[in-house]
Amino acid sequence: MNPADPILAIQDLHKSFAGKAKAPVAALRGVSFAVQPREVVGLVGPDGAGKTTLMRLAAGLLVPDQGSATVLGLDSVRDTLLIQGRVSYMPQKFGLYQDLTCQENLDLYADLQSVELAARPARYTRLLEMTGLAPFSDRLAGHLSGGMKQKLGLACALVKSPELLLLDEPTVGVDPVSRRELWRIVGEMVASEGLGVLAATAYLDEAEKCQRVVVLHEGLKLAEGEPAMFREQVRGHSFAVVPTSGTRPRSIQARLVGQPGVVDATIRGGRVRVVTEGASPQVMEGTFPAGMAAEIRPVEPTFEDAFMKLQADTQDATAARTAPSPAASHSPLPASDSVVHTRGLVKRFGSFTAVSDIGFDVHQGEIFGLLGPNGAGKSTTFRMLCGLSKATAGEVRVAGRDLRRTGSYARQRLGYMAQQFSLYGQLSVTENLRFFGRAYGLSGKRLRTRIEWALAEFELAAHRDDSAGLLPGGYKQRLAMAASLLHEPDILFLDEPTSGVDPLARRDFWRRINAFAESGVTVVVTTHFMEEAEYCDRMLIMSQGRELATGTPQEIRDLARTAVHPDPTIEDAFIALAEGTAKPSAPEAKP
Amino acid sequence: MHAFLSSLARIRTLILKEFLTLLKDPKTRFLVIGPPIVQFFVFGYAATFDLDRVRYAVVDECRSPESRELLSRFAGSPTFRLVGELDSNQAVEDLIDRQGARLVLHVPPTFSRDLLAGRPTQLQVILDGRNSNVAGIALGYVNAIVAQYNAERATGIVAAPSLQAVGRAWFNENLRSRWFIVSALGGEITAVVVLLLTGLSVSREREFGTFDQLLVAPFSPPEILIGKAVPPLVFGMMDGLLLSTAAVLWYGVPFRGSILALLTVLALFMVSVVGVGLFISSLSSTMQQSLLGTFIFLMPAIILSGFTTPIENMPGWLQIATYANPLRYVVGACREIFLHGATLPMVRPLLWPMVVIAGTALSAAGWLFRHRME
Repeated sequence: MNPADPILAIQDLHKSFAGKAKAPVAALRGVSFAVQPREVVGLVGPDGAGKTTLMRLAAGLLVPDQGSATVLGLDSVRDTLLIQGRVSYMPQKFGLYQDLTCQENLDLYADLQSVELAARPARYTRLLEMTGLAPFSDRLAGHLSGGMKQKLGLACALVKSPELLLLDEPTVGVDPVSRRELWRIVGEMVASEGLGVLAATAYLDEAEKCQRVVVLHEGLKLAEGEPAMFREQVRGHSFAVVPTSGTRPRSIQARLVGQPGVVDATIRGGRVRVVTEGASPQVMEGTFPAGMAAEIRPVEPTFEDAFMKLQADTQDATAARTAPSPAASHSPLPASDSVVHTRGLVKRFGSFTAVSDIGFDVHQGEIFGLLGPNGAGKSTTFRMLCGLSKATAGEVRVAGRDLRRTGSYARQRLGYMAQQFSLYGQLSVTENLRFFGRAYGLSGKRLRTRIEWALAEFELAAHRDDSAGLLPGGYKQRLAMAASLLHEPDILFLDEPTSGVDPLARRDFWRRINAFAESGVTVVVTTHFMEEAEYCDRMLIMSQGRELATGTPQEIRDLARTAVHPDPTIEDAFIALAEGTAKPSAPEAKP
Repeated sequence: MHAFLSSLARIRTLILKEFLTLLKDPKTRFLVIGPPIVQFFVFGYAATFDLDRVRYAVVDECRSPESRELLSRFAGSPTFRLVGELDSNQAVEDLIDRQGARLVLHVPPTFSRDLLAGRPTQLQVILDGRNSNVAGIALGYVNAIVAQYNAERATGIVAAPSLQAVGRAWFNENLRSRWFIVSALGGEITAVVVLLLTGLSVSREREFGTFDQLLVAPFSPPEILIGKAVPPLVFGMMDGLLLSTAAVLWYGVPFRGSILALLTVLALFMVSVVGVGLFISSLSSTMQQSLLGTFIFLMPAIILSGFTTPIENMPGWLQIATYANPLRYVVGACREIFLHGATLPMVRPLLWPMVVIAGTALSAAGWLFRHRME
């Protein structure tokens, strides 16, 4: 192999999968690109774009229908074993043995990859140091937090010093601090060992850090280039709408989403970030009352803007999105303004304190976010709120009651969406909806109307008779949300609703949440996507079971505002808080 | 009233959902009907204590008309099958060692001389005692043939013996062990199916996260309990009645009791097994755990049911343990109904223990729904 040759050359790759009694699904339809040594290439695209299929083809785990994947000058089909000896592949869920310790997992992978015994101690020391896992080498892998598991997975993938590293969404479900660390480790390995990396990712800010990005869409390569090139394509299309004080950015954003000529509208740093179809902010005129915005100014484009524009250009059908039709009426809640009320909430598992002294209030019509990395205690807190788990100490009231003690009536007013897809996979979409509708007391005409509403609102009509378990990821999420909203709840509990969902689906998702909140539904949501915190009215940031800070997005950002960082994002604030460089809000600062 | 009606509606929803999920899954559909039929034939044909064509060999050192006359009775019996005539003790040892024969009949050289002289003589029976059960039964058959031989010879010479035991078995006139086994199959096999169905039902939902969804919804634990219990109950009754009918039609086991008694026994038994299954399932957090739990319960439960070995033979403390075993009652009651012809009042003492077991297990399961959580 010539040193100038690419380490991975993808040539006109085709792959389809035969479905059960259905037409085969084309996962890849002629993709070509190359990865050079010492290069980090990002692979981005929505769910079902073919990212994982491409990774598996490159690792020699699948045989292409047409075209070829040439790895280190070797053909992926003929020389699979040779390739697999020189390439490391880290799938979305890395195969860690949960009942083995970190060290034992490393040993196992070193044995599997036949790493020389003499070379191991030095390699282990380096990897454990890089991943910060050295103090935990005796801990069972199953007892690590999500971020630590991914780091251990990466360490196992790197145990033999590969020439090409294939990473399939290595940071899904990982907190910002761990994400930064994972990318730092990859960067260090590229610098010191000269390997090439192909990384599929759903985080567009991560793609921006790659040297080159390949955008896939429904099995086709949409674009390829350096992030800067993508940014230049949308220069002049990106704007920031600064809301007047007293205006919620969400109100502006909700009005902009789905407007003709508006490609994307998100909330970032307290402002609404808009990408327009033409290079002019004119399309925004008249979409929201003039009094809401203090200023509309052009901003520096990001890769994300370019990605959204690319997506919008390819799929015109979904561009014409209508604002959701939220539940018509809501019976007013009891006079007490605080819908969710907790004080001094503690949860201990044996000697381990998962949640320590958490207290907050959520008011009607508010979107309240519980933020924090995996293992921070968000889900534990959440489960105590829903009555799924008993608090060791402290007080929980939802709509004035303790959900563990109340009867069916109180629970009828809640909607709950669990972290993992938790509907009945064997049942069809309509059967699931019917079951949950009836569970919450709907019947007859009203049930039918609500199911039709859900099928239309969540664009599930085409899949109505498909088994829920076989739906693509984004659709599962929509179905789960539809099921939790059928009975028009007053309070909606959402546990990591956007985990593992592609950027487009996440926008859709928040568009709907906003609409429900506007109509008076109280929403409590957990997330580890820090940028999503911008959609919340108020939030509680947790780490290691403790409260780091509580407040509005503005207040949280203010905590991290420094001379060096005049315009921090929530993510910056979180990292500053987690690392102790910013001080948590004083209790009296709470509203 | 309204609360009651909406509660009923929720239970109905849950039952429909359970049926739908069970019936939609081809593996569950098979589980309900496939293994019971296979087990029905396996138990019916293979699980029998009656010995048939017992392999035996002879060492005839006498070689007289008398010895041939005795041995021909064995050769002519369908119970025995001659596998060889041996001429040395060494050959006997070899044959028994390699399990070539279950037993060897040894006729001593003095056999006919002693017999004709009116002196007592002996027929030596060498048995393979590794399977004590078979050896014992085989020896019984040998004794029966020898007794008959004695009786026939005696009639010609002296007066008939004054004491004779005349056997007359009630309920199972020919003492066919197949009747004994098959009559209880309806309870035994369905217990396995129902335990597997219910054992997985809660833990599967826990593993897939749908159980949280149920707990957050307006369902109360008793509602979930009923919703989860009814479908396996229906499948269990179906299987139980199918197997009981097949026992009569296929194996010709008599059905002498009342159908009402059988229905009541099976129904109460299913409820208690569903209770045990749901208890195991609520105790487990994964399907693997509940599957293990099911088998840990099932093996001793079958042994301690009196299905194959009589409970009276067990040591006292173990006999006490059998009172907590629902299978004990169904096995006993089925035999009573099939063979003895029991009616509902006659099986009543076997019914209430199942009610107690069902009540305890179901309440424990319902309590665990909400409390078996971190």
